[in-house]
Amino acid sequence: MKDHAQLSDTFNADEARVNWHDETLWFVRAKRDKAAHGLPEWELLRSTASQIKDNVLSNLHDYLIEFESNAQKNGIEVHWAADAKAHNAIVAGILKAEGIDQIVKSKSMLTEECHLNEHLQHSGIEVIDTDLGERIVQLAKEPPSHIVLPCIHKKKEEIGELFHEHLGTPEGMADPVFLTAAAREHLREKFITRKAAITGVNFAVAETGEFVVCTNEGNADMGAHLADVHIACMGIEKLVPLREHLSVFLRLLARSATGQPITTYSSHFKKPRPGQKMHIVLVDNGRSTQLGREDFRNSLKCIRCGACMNTCPVYRRSGGHSYHTAIAGPIGSILAPNLDMKEYADLPFASTLCGSCTNVCPVKINIHEQLYKWRQVIVKEGYADTKKAIAMKAMEFTLSKPALYRTAGKTGRWVLKYIPFAVNNKMNLWYNQREMPLSPKQSFGEWYKENVKND
Amino acid sequence: MTVGLFIPCYIDQFYPNAAIATLNLLSKLGITVKYPVNQTCCGQPMANSGFEHLTKGCNELFVDNFAEFDYIVSPSGSCVLHIKDHLHSEGHEGKAKSIRKKIYELTEFLTDIVKVEKLEARFPHKVGVHQSCHGQRGLMMSQMTELVAPFYSKPLQLLNMVQDLELINLNRPDECCGFGGTFCVAEEAVSAKMGKDRVADHLNNGAEYITAADMSCLMHMEGILRRQESGVKVIHIAEILNSEG
Amino acid sequence: MTSRAEILSKIKRNQSEPTPLPAKLSTMYPPADLLAQFSTVLKGIGGAVVEIKDSLEIVNYLKEHYGDGQRIISTLPDLAVISEQGWQQQHPHSFEDVDLAVITAHFGVAENSALWITESQMQQRAVPFICQQLAVVLQKQDLLATMHDAYERIGNSDYGFGAFIAGPSKTADIEQSLVLGAHGPKGMTVFIMG
Repeated sequence: MKDHAQLSDTFNADEARVNWHDETLWFVRAKRDKAAHGLPEWELLRSTASQIKDNVLSNLHDYLIEFESNAQKNGIEVHWAADAKAHNAIVAGILKAEGIDQIVKSKSMLTEECHLNEHLQHSGIEVIDTDLGERIVQLAKEPPSHIVLPCIHKKKEEIGELFHEHLGTPEGMADPVFLTAAAREHLREKFITRKAAITGVNFAVAETGEFVVCTNEGNADMGAHLADVHIACMGIEKLVPLREHLSVFLRLLARSATGQPITTYSSHFKKPRPGQKMHIVLVDNGRSTQLGREDFRNSLKCIRCGACMNTCPVYRRSGGHSYHTAIAGPIGSILAPNLDMKEYADLPFASTLCGSCTNVCPVKINIHEQLYKWRQVIVKEGYADTKKAIAMKAMEFTLSKPALYRTAGKTGRWVLKYIPFAVNNKMNLWYNQREMPLSPKQSFGEWYKENVKND
Repeated sequence: MTVGLFIPCYIDQFYPNAAIATLNLLSKLGITVKYPVNQTCCGQPMANSGFEHLTKGCNELFVDNFAEFDYIVSPSGSCVLHIKDHLHSEGHEGKAKSIRKKIYELTEFLTDIVKVEKLEARFPHKVGVHQSCHGQRGLMMSQMTELVAPFYSKPLQLLNMVQDLELINLNRPDECCGFGGTFCVAEEAVSAKMGKDRVADHLNNGAEYITAADMSCLMHMEGILRRQESGVKVIHIAEILNSEG
Repeated sequence: MTSRAEILSKIKRNQSEPTPLPAKLSTMYPPADLLAQFSTVLKGIGGAVVEIKDSLEIVNYLKEHYGDGQRIISTLPDLAVISEQGWQQQHPHSFEDVDLAVITAHFGVAENSALWITESQMQQRAVPFICQQLAVVLQKQDLLATMHDAYERIGNSDYGFGAFIAGPSKTADIEQSLVLGAHGPKGMTVFIMG
């Protein structure tokens, strides 16, 4: 399996495309900046949201019980899934019990994480993703590359081709307005005919047993309000204690994600529609483990806004698929190693630790510090590259001995000056696109010895 | 006050002029500066690669060399940040703690401790300032564009004291250059692309020189500039502040 | 042990010492003119604002903008002359051909032009989403500054379903080009009365 560095290398083969991907996402970051700077109280909102989430995580046990009790009183059936497998079985089980084999689904990164579509497909249940971006990647048989903008990596011509093949739009048609209208028609028929809808959950309120789903398209609502069965899938960390806390999160979420003051729809589901069955599946899948990791537990504050991805200079130039996990980018890189340290050992290293992510995060997750800490854990657990480990030991040996360091430095400079081809060749990755530094006559240490009288 | 001069390993070996400028600048301001000759490296390349547990040797050496000074000053934001965040000593934790409190990057030392108001410097060129990430977001040397907070910049404060210097505006004032330590070779494709984009921003806005408080960023951008056979040069901020025009 | 018990016991073992909740936030910088901010934001996201004095003005507006053969439904008895009434018991799917739905909102929020509408005002949950065009009647005095005020107003009121609706449905999934009318209404008009 290729790692981030190899996948990014492939991604960077097409420089024009990288520029396009980078500029598109930087533009989203810029929109976020404009929205944030429009609120003088922005930093207070961030601290408040962060503290609310810290409180939730430190009382998660009681809040979950409170939520379950209130949701049940509202007529919602509550299920608990320890892992992805259990989640998938529960969802499939509900559908099978209702005799339903065709469903619509709105955006839920949790269901991506659990590979729900695949499982349902194998169980003979057809799933139509109704978020436009998700429908596009579904037709392309790819996973989404961004948690908020699923097909940000696709050009409109490519989408036009897909729609021509699957929806019968004219060949060569790439106008977003036309294509969106075609998708509207195509998916409207699905909304009307499918008896079950799956949605995600942006926030669940312990105090009232209600949950909130945010969309711009209205597809979660079209699905849920026309279906006989509504199944909402939720990570256990998505709770907020009080209804009033939604004010803080709804002010932060869309501004952080896309620079809008709010999504078109912030739908509060409290009770099933009369005659409808409403289910909510509470999913752990590694979250309770992460909760026990002192250095990493507050990664669970994440509200899945995607701001960290938009600002990350590495993500913008490598694309979501280079992270080979459902949730990519900076937040993905501190969540994934908890799920499978071996598989995702490369991700915390896919960063320069610039710290931009930490500072756009609406709930103040110290992402870049956690990336550093994961690196220590991964090496300690033995998942470091062997070549790197050897190089590091050599470095440690040299740098802890002043005389050896000075000799090594002098030798290096000499080689660079007199036999540059020993260094300037294909084996030296630096040299691929950069010249090596020039070799000075003396090191500073040598100059100092010669020129400064030491007392 | 006594100041111990901490010179990053790669400045020592490849960019001694930045270190010489730092020494001269501090001396000009009447500060007693000493360079402990047995220093080597702060240990950051190993720590950032996940091998923090291998930095004990470097840490002890650092404490040995620098514990005695009132202040420790270095022309490198990232090295200073690393020491501030990660210096520990098995036998001398008290000294290590003290060092973490009294270590400064050069420009913040000049603005916050020496409180420089005037510089006898002249640099008649168009200069682009690269905001090295660790200095900016780690040491808070200047305000980052991510936050909704008032603007300030210690490097700019000092550069504004340099005669005839023209600062250019950038499209992305504080995007990372892509050096990132071992990242520069471990993720070569992305690193080089990030560097090329940074350089292009400066070039598109008319820079003759690119400066920064971190030589590692400049080394990376210089590598790209020279590969492009560009006439634009990199220069450490210490050399500008110490220039005589 | 059931999944539930297993999950809860693991959480209890792993969660940190309790940390306190922060102080409640309230609106810090209310705009000078709530209607102006509301209108500017709504227009910016593709919605229309029409200031009116009474229901008759709405009737005239609708007569002017909507033709024969278009299915208009409404929950406002004052609009009976131009809209279908008493449709509340129909199956949700039967609203597929609704061209315009006219309903009311409890209040609007100036900072984001969102309207808070609950099930009692929708009658059928599908209605504000399935119609081709949505119109909402809002009393001018029911304009609030921010979401903090909004949840203060909502309080602990009960509802089966409620939504903040801000403008027409939209998407920018195709190369970040903004397109109105993804799955929900293609257009939204807010009649501000008073």
